[in-house]
Amino acid sequence: MLFKLSIRNMKKSFKDYAIYFLTLVLGVAIFYMFNSLDSQQAMLQVSQSTRDMIRLMIELLGMISVFIAIILGFLIVYANNFLINRRKREFGIYMTLGMGRRQISSIILLETILVGILSLIVGIFVGIFASQFMSILVAKLFEADMSGFTFVFSKDACIKTCIYFAVMYLAVIVFNTLTISRYKLINLLTAVRKNEKVKIKNPVISIIIFLISCGILGYAYYLVSGGISELKTANELIKPIVMGIVGTVGVFWSLSGFILRIIQAKKSIYLKGTNMFVLRQLNNKINTNIASMSIICLMLFMTISVLSGSLSIKSALDKELYKFTPVDVNLYKTAYLPDSYVSSYSGKTIYNSKEQVEDSRKPVSYTLETNGYNMNNLKDVVEFPIYALPNWTLKDSLGAYYEITKTKYPTLLYDTPESIVRISDYNKIAELYGEEQYTLNDDEYIVLCNYEQMETTRNQMLSTDSTIKINGKTYHSKYDECKEGFIFIATTEINAGIILVPDNFELKDEYTEQYFLAANYNAETEEGKQEIENTLIGSGDTEFFENIENKGINLDGASKISTRESSRGLATIIIFIAIYLGIVFLITSSAILALKQLTESSDNKQRYTILRKIGCDEKMINQALFRQILIFFMMPLALAIIHSIFGIKFVLSMLSVLASPNELLPSTIVTAIIIGMIYGLYFLATYLGSKNIIKEEN
Amino acid sequence: MSNVLELQNIEKYYGNKSNLTKAIAGISFNVEEGKFVGIMGASGSGKTTLLNCISTIDRVTAGKIIINNQDITKLKGNKLNKFRREELGFIFQDFNLLDTLTAYENIALALTIQKVNPKEIDKKVKEVAEKLGISEILNKYPYQISGGQKQREAICRAIITNPKIVLADEPTGALDSKSARQLLETFESLNQKLGATILMVTHDAFTASYADRIIFIKDGKLFNELIKGEDTRKQFFEKIIEVQTLLGGDLNDVI
Repeated sequence: MLFKLSIRNMKKSFKDYAIYFLTLVLGVAIFYMFNSLDSQQAMLQVSQSTRDMIRLMIELLGMISVFIAIILGFLIVYANNFLINRRKREFGIYMTLGMGRRQISSIILLETILVGILSLIVGIFVGIFASQFMSILVAKLFEADMSGFTFVFSKDACIKTCIYFAVMYLAVIVFNTLTISRYKLINLLTAVRKNEKVKIKNPVISIIIFLISCGILGYAYYLVSGGISELKTANELIKPIVMGIVGTVGVFWSLSGFILRIIQAKKSIYLKGTNMFVLRQLNNKINTNIASMSIICLMLFMTISVLSGSLSIKSALDKELYKFTPVDVNLYKTAYLPDSYVSSYSGKTIYNSKEQVEDSRKPVSYTLETNGYNMNNLKDVVEFPIYALPNWTLKDSLGAYYEITKTKYPTLLYDTPESIVRISDYNKIAELYGEEQYTLNDDEYIVLCNYEQMETTRNQMLSTDSTIKINGKTYHSKYDECKEGFIFIATTEINAGIILVPDNFELKDEYTEQYFLAANYNAETEEGKQEIENTLIGSGDTEFFENIENKGINLDGASKISTRESSRGLATIIIFIAIYLGIVFLITSSAILALKQLTESSDNKQRYTILRKIGCDEKMINQALFRQILIFFMMPLALAIIHSIFGIKFVLSMLSVLASPNELLPSTIVTAIIIGMIYGLYFLATYLGSKNIIKEEN
Repeated sequence: MSNVLELQNIEKYYGNKSNLTKAIAGISFNVEEGKFVGIMGASGSGKTTLLNCISTIDRVTAGKIIINNQDITKLKGNKLNKFRREELGFIFQDFNLLDTLTAYENIALALTIQKVNPKEIDKKVKEVAEKLGISEILNKYPYQISGGQKQREAICRAIITNPKIVLADEPTGALDSKSARQLLETFESLNQKLGATILMVTHDAFTASYADRIIFIKDGKLFNELIKGEDTRKQFFEKIIEVQTLLGGDLNDVI
């Protein structure tokens, strides 16, 4: 009997269930998609180092999934609570008929289970199909081969999804039982007629608050776009963030009053059709939902920024990556190892072997040759020592600015000697890298630096008094600022400072800190390069690896292939996490917005009934409802879009990536499609649901 | 004087063949222009159904309802809505004012949905509010004003469109006796000074005593009819009470 009742209830309140069901299905589908990534086809056809990245990504996504599950759990309980509240009267009638709380609970239990199973099936089905599209995206991001397409189903992800959602449904059941047990019969029966408090605000205050909020937002926008040069530390970021939040809340507090006031002044619009009614409805709705509107707006802002930002960062990062990986390989090792030293960890004296000490006084090519490495593998070899003078530290470089800098960045290692390279050595590598070459007079030096924070710090000194005394001689900087340049392969601008000195600068051999070698692989094809890479980096049982291992020689290196792959992997991980979180945020905010609209349905119903009574036809009423919901949905989205224009700009400039509009366009389109689809679905479900509610009476 | 409303033998059935309820079982009467007519009856007598049929909210099963020479039982869809918007004015027991709108807006809404020129709306609203003495509360919300003021606001909304007939369903039902009296006086002056035709459904004898003519309904049929004529209101009221006593039940019903 109860089962029959449950099924019938669900059929009857199908439109009420629409939002709940939609949320569940989307939640399940997204959850499945992101947990099935590892078994997707594209993942099976990528290189080893990429696979490692993917493993890391899947671990990360797994952890995030727990967080996502908690968010979805709360959302599902919230949505379910809405359904239960709408049916208070029905339960009240059951209770007057003598049905016990336990029986009502079991009706709801049955319904929850039915809806749960149905949504799991549909959700996983949707997820499986959507993940095929995702596979294409993955392939594009990891540059994997996708020529042979096969349909993939992940059993693990399916089971995981089922378990997680079963737990969530369990939470819903517990919550429902608690809710039911707290109900009093009289409240159940009279639940329908509870009027929403009408909140009226002084229009003049609304206008003032609105203008102030716009001012605050404008200033915050200015801070993150125009005033960027003032933003140096993370602390300064708090200011625009707080201003953004305050401004957003202020706008929603005053917006409807402001618009109302403006339109009221324009009688030809205000006194036309149902405009007046729609405006008042919105005014009331927004005034009672300021907090949730603001939160939803900020969540949408995050979604938009994260989605379109991460996609464009990826393409911009790629460009940087190519600039900072101009050669196939960098090899380097620590020079002039002492015979023994006291370990700073264990406090014990550690002795270096004679071979280690001897090798550390020779350049990198010596190590390669003497240990049996085939030098024919390499071409364009450039090699030189990098020095470090004990009496030229960062502190010395900063000179008069040391004290100021120290208070600002107390954790920097100021006693670290600066890295020093002879100008002729640098010009060799600059030629190989295709970077600018420099000349120096005998009493000059140049600082190369591209790490932004260090660059500005150093520039302060260079632009005022750059004189420095070394070994009784005075030197000054040739330029009053740092110059662009780098020596080591990197993913982005992380050179904190290299000092170029004239060739006749006195540099003793024992001041050598590192021996450095840069070279290209002597191969034409990608496969050939990869083969050579394997002989240098990684491990193997070749003679060369055996020799240096036996001698305890520590040769460090970085290669174009591995750097690019790991960087690309990193960017991809960021994108996946961003999309995952972004979509879940989107679902959450749309669902809350939709439920907010439907919750006060009984008041709405009453108002629309009055409209009908005074002679509005169905077309007018539906139009009014449509406009009301449309504007209600569009308002947080519109503000979020404005926020994100500045937000994305800011993120890009913070990461010092210059993305041209052309690069931003595709990611913006993708974001618009995702948001349009999910948000649109919820909008439609809300409209149809509301229409159903206001119709009920007849 | 011409008839604004003519009911010709209307019937309204609910249910199906096996279980038929006759809510209205053949009622005919006319309302002349400028008259104030009351309809009385116990609950379940069919008076609300009758009003719903006249106000085009419900449809009759048989018979004709002619308002202003137009048979409304033949109207459909948007024409019906247009007719309701333009020819009828409604006053409800629970006012049916929109709680989110000010008095001004509530009154103006009746015109805006008729797509009247905005310039005229403003003038008309102020005019009608002046007549009913609620000019000073035009910027107030329903929760800020008294029950009597709310009902006068509702009357403004009902008459601003210059309807052929104003239909009132228990207009004093939610008012205290003082407000009710004021409201009925308003009705009276509306009827006498502005010449509005009013059809009012009520079960309260005192309220009914303000009408020119009263139609009593019992079990879906006309039961009696009283015309005030030259009577004072007190005399008329006593007559109404008499009929009501009869209406309450036949002697046969008492065991």
